[in-house]
Amino acid sequence: MHFARVVGTVVCTVKVPSWRGHRLLVMQPTDPQGADHGRTLVAVDLVSAAPGQRVFYVRGREAANALPDADNPADAAIVGIVDDVRILPPEGGGR
Amino acid sequence: MMLGRVVGDVVATIKHRELERRKLLLVQPLGGDGAPVGRPVIAVDSVDAGVGDHVLVVDEGNGAAQVLERPRGPVRTVVVGVVDAVTRG
Repeated sequence: MHFARVVGTVVCTVKVPSWRGHRLLVMQPTDPQGADHGRTLVAVDLVSAAPGQRVFYVRGREAANALPDADNPADAAIVGIVDDVRILPPEGGGR
Repeated sequence: MMLGRVVGDVVATIKHRELERRKLLLVQPLGGDGAPVGRPVIAVDSVDAGVGDHVLVVDEGNGAAQVLERPRGPVRTVVVGVVDAVTRG
């Protein structure tokens, strides 16, 4: 899963039936610090995210699996809204 | 699988139900020489790894489902081992 920022909404009255009732959001992938990373993507929204919010998403088959009916063509799905990202200072020790 | 280092964690109250009660770790993938490669990924923990640990990460849905003992769902990136040592050559 990766981070992104919700930057817009896509309205499609005509779309594949399996997406009926699901919102499509435009998101800008970011790194953990929030800097943009690559081009924007459209994702199915599973967590009622709003524009401006920091989220995380999954790509590939697991995006379709995020929906109640996994038989859909989604390749990106927003599966969480970020409350906090705690990043270790670079020289942190470990086990 | 890939080698990585846990560099942080992610707190998210609102998330997909398959992610509930799962620890979300921020893992920096490492190359063969141990140097960071690419951007960090968010992985579900399954071995109680902690920040700073070197870990082994699966990034594929079928393996993830088996480790989490759940049907195929939205998770594909799972920490499956805490690495003690890597010998190269």
